[in-house]
Amino acid sequence: MNIRSGSSVLTGTRIRERRLVLSRRQADVAREVGISAAYLNLIEHNRRPVGPEMIARLAKVLDVPADELAEGREEVRIAALREAAVHPAGAAAAPELEQVAEFIARFPGWAELLVAQSRQVRALERQLVDLSDRMTQDPYLLTTLHEVLSAVTSLRSTAAILAEEQDISDDWRQRFHTNLYQDSRRLSQTAQGLVAYLDSFETEGNAATPQEEVEAWLASDASRTGALDMLVSDAARDLAMTLGRTLEADRAALPDARLTKAVATGGAALDPVQLAVTLGLPLDLVMRRLGDLRPEGYERAGLLICDASGVPTLRRAASGFPLPRPGDNCALWPLYQALAMPQVALSRVIVTPEGRSFRALSYATRSQPEGLEGPVLTTALMLLLPTEDEAPSDALLVGPACRICPRPDCPARREPSILVPQASVRTPRS
Amino acid sequence: MELDILMIEDEPNIAEAVRFILTREGWRVDLHPDGAGGLEAIAQQRPRLVILDLMLPNRSGAEILDDLRAAGDRELAATPVLMLTARGQAVMAGGQADAVLSKPFDNEDLRAIVRRMLA
Repeated sequence: MNIRSGSSVLTGTRIRERRLVLSRRQADVAREVGISAAYLNLIEHNRRPVGPEMIARLAKVLDVPADELAEGREEVRIAALREAAVHPAGAAAAPELEQVAEFIARFPGWAELLVAQSRQVRALERQLVDLSDRMTQDPYLLTTLHEVLSAVTSLRSTAAILAEEQDISDDWRQRFHTNLYQDSRRLSQTAQGLVAYLDSFETEGNAATPQEEVEAWLASDASRTGALDMLVSDAARDLAMTLGRTLEADRAALPDARLTKAVATGGAALDPVQLAVTLGLPLDLVMRRLGDLRPEGYERAGLLICDASGVPTLRRAASGFPLPRPGDNCALWPLYQALAMPQVALSRVIVTPEGRSFRALSYATRSQPEGLEGPVLTTALMLLLPTEDEAPSDALLVGPACRICPRPDCPARREPSILVPQASVRTPRS
Repeated sequence: MELDILMIEDEPNIAEAVRFILTREGWRVDLHPDGAGGLEAIAQQRPRLVILDLMLPNRSGAEILDDLRAAGDRELAATPVLMLTARGQAVMAGGQADAVLSKPFDNEDLRAIVRRMLA
């Protein structure tokens, strides 16, 4: 089986659609690209793989950004639309999931709009949950509302006394007037503070989760300068500052120039483990730096780091390996195998449901930052490198997360997928 | 002289208004301004009625009420309690209070409830 057929289908369809949009003849486009019309025909009908160089040439002739034709972008959109289909609001609509690739290829604008709106819905839902949590659990809000209520209660009772009671002595009248003044002042100050606090909710409302904010920050240049302006939530800023300190320490221990030189000297034959040996530095440091700097040969690399509970603490997507929503990962990722085998570098080719292959290098470390009596902490890393090579027969078939994974007979499935008929899905593990 | 009402309330202006209203009705009212020592104040003064705020510093009204109902002294444990709460907190007062009055309240409602409880 050609495991790359899934992604090629998308690319060929997109090339054909783009050409037809421009009303260009196949022969004309083929001539400008420098291939035969017959070969372009095979590409458009998904019978030939399309490498990055060919995509670049076609993109130039078809006057479209290369990533518009690239498979990675396609998969990101597919993943995003599948995420949208998972949403309870979409359950009754029963979207045609098997036609999602065709939908994207034929109606890219509508697909983009749907993805954007879906993300906005999720962000708003998240904001709503945050607001609800704050309303019911936020100590500041609870205290402030109690303060408001106390002031209003006092105002109402005191004002009623002054308005309704007869024969109040001057002393008591003066005392109640003073109380009214104090309470009205307290109420106005508390109300102002409350409004300012509620205003801060609005300014924090644009992002999805703090982790997703940090991921966007990591993917930008801002993470290299340490600028936190693009992060809107306090939680994201805290996460980014902690991460920033680690990155800074890593960069000091293995500067860009030294890593770039070592990679260039070693060439493609030098894997990260050999690179670490050559540099005389810990493998986890070298892996983090490769994922951070992405030197030549690692431009499309991704990096995932998790703690012993399996919860990701850093996620940087590899090209063509869209990540699911935070907290919902595939249990087969070699990242988790590394947790059980600390200090051993595990190399495995993994294949996504779309047929894309990646060389996954996984490695876990253990530490006791509080000394002998302290807890043992385990951290696992997985460096992902896209590979154009044919996947070996023992390649590990992984997915993004069960809910949006189309593999019906996966032994690690823990919940049904929305992409396959329920009858054909293996029973979730007990 | 027997104490009619012990009010446990940390907001001095509310306490002063309530005390003024109830005193004018002829009842003898005393105040305790903190959750801490609330139960001891009840046990010591033996009021006919306790007006208890739910949100108190150091020890909540609900905790004081729990302790009161669990007291070994059965007469003390049966002391009538009027709980003052925010509207949404009525559930927190549990079923142990004899009456619940939501803040902010109408003075006449307060008088009517106390009148009924002390009758």
